[in-house]
Amino acid sequence: MTTTVDDSAATGAPAAQRGRARPFSLSALASYLQVAPLALILGFFLLAPVLMIVVVSFWDYDFARLYPDFVLTNYAETLGSWVTWRTYLNTLKYAVIVWALTLFIGFWVAYFLTFHIRTSAMQMVLFLVCTVPFLTSNIIRMISWIPVLGRNGLVNSTLIEMGLVSEPVEWLLYSDFAVVLAMVHLYTLFMVTPIFNTLMRIDRSLVEAARDAGATGWQILWNVILPLAKPGMAIGTIFVVTLVMADFITVLVMSGGQSASVALMMRNQMSLLQYPAAAANAVVLLVLVLMMVAGILRVVDIRKEL
Amino acid sequence: MNGERRSGEFWVLAIFFALFVLFLYGPLSAILILSFQGPNGGLTFPMNGVSLHWFRNLTQQQAVGDFGGSFRRSFTLGVMVMLVTVVVSLLAGLAFRRRFVGATPLFYLAVASLVVPSIIISLGIGVMFQQIGIRPSWYGSAFGAHLTWTLPFGVLIMFAVFNRFSPAYEEAARDLGASPWQTFRHVVLPMIAPMLVGVGLFGFTLSYDEFARTLMTAGTYNTLPLEIYGMTTNVTTPVLYALGTVTTLFSFLVISVMLGVIVWLGRRRARV
Repeated sequence: MTTTVDDSAATGAPAAQRGRARPFSLSALASYLQVAPLALILGFFLLAPVLMIVVVSFWDYDFARLYPDFVLTNYAETLGSWVTWRTYLNTLKYAVIVWALTLFIGFWVAYFLTFHIRTSAMQMVLFLVCTVPFLTSNIIRMISWIPVLGRNGLVNSTLIEMGLVSEPVEWLLYSDFAVVLAMVHLYTLFMVTPIFNTLMRIDRSLVEAARDAGATGWQILWNVILPLAKPGMAIGTIFVVTLVMADFITVLVMSGGQSASVALMMRNQMSLLQYPAAAANAVVLLVLVLMMVAGILRVVDIRKEL
Repeated sequence: MNGERRSGEFWVLAIFFALFVLFLYGPLSAILILSFQGPNGGLTFPMNGVSLHWFRNLTQQQAVGDFGGSFRRSFTLGVMVMLVTVVVSLLAGLAFRRRFVGATPLFYLAVASLVVPSIIISLGIGVMFQQIGIRPSWYGSAFGAHLTWTLPFGVLIMFAVFNRFSPAYEEAARDLGASPWQTFRHVVLPMIAPMLVGVGLFGFTLSYDEFARTLMTAGTYNTLPLEIYGMTTNVTTPVLYALGTVTTLFSFLVISVMLGVIVWLGRRRARV
């Protein structure tokens, strides 16, 4: 009985030992029965659909139906178009900006909760205060910016009353600014939670030791806390980057249809029933996202952080 | 750090935190207030009288589409996803405590489920069902699509739980003559029950609010997020905010009930 799931890369070894392995075979059977539901669900609703997309991306199609085939036109059309490249660049731009902002906000919020709140009850209460909005509808949270940022919204009327501007500021809503703001609003918790988790596990005596050795506050932060917070930051980065790369609803609602993202381009192709074209796009996006995640996973071992 | 005077850093960060909370709740409270707009009021401030007009409007089916039906579907789907997520994650968590062939690929499959863009899963399931010839439905294809989002969360939480779970408790139970089932039922389960409720809360709320994965998989009948999205494109009255207020209050209710259960379980365990 091991309590950890670490280094189960060597999983083959025990089960493969033959001979008088009475309890082993029984417990191995139990393991398989216990993971079977998970494996079946993920197999049918994740693995099979993704394989289906890869297959369909090589199919031919017209306005009415799909034709099983092996053509590269879907990829040629996708990768050969300027629009695609601009859209990918735009999506990456969102990812970088939102990542930087959520990392900054997420770190300081987690840092405040960990090192400045003295009782663990208060820590949990404040953490819950941050969590609750993230358990409510994303679409409602997007809509809620309309009365704030709109042409006659709170921000504009305040600015006009204060005499700072004479006309309403137009770029507050239905702009890249609005998209980034809404994404930060929606996704910051995915950065706060993993960083909070790693910071809470830092041994306080390390901080004490650094202070006794004469380190200043900034030195402690830079040389002790930040390096130890890296795994949490990496996990938060995986969440935020993959969520932004996959986003189309925020881009659609908050830009008022003026900006594009890869997923939004896919959705438009889907609504025109151009499934093979959307599938080719999906494959390119998936490869890009998996490469980004693999890059981040080189920095951090997720299973050690759980 | 106890007993020290609050430093300047504390106050700067406290203000930063307060602004963050304002950023989270400010817009939500704006639509909450505006949903009580008078019958002639618009989508922005100022308030043009105070009324329940838009909430009444919400109950009239023709005015805003099938709000009641989509709510019932989303609620049922959320409960289904919650139950399956709790049971399947718990079983997988138990299995992963032992080594078995295929554990590593399955773990990475669960992680992949978290990072594969939701619209790709939506498209994949939609096309697959179309090709097999099964009609997509909210209780079939959308149910599966939601599970690919909630299960990895559940499994990772169970991993974290069992990583910190000392086998000494089970060994003690076994030494006292408990059967494996008794050990699980009377020792393990009470200890992890609060975390299971947490997994359930995640399962329900993630499903109840899911949009992208439902888009291609819901079939004929809309779930609530699809209905709300449809409204954003063609409704220009505060009835939209009334719907937002009702669903948000419902989410708050679910969260409070679940947190209440977690606290209750914790208290009960402390008493025993």
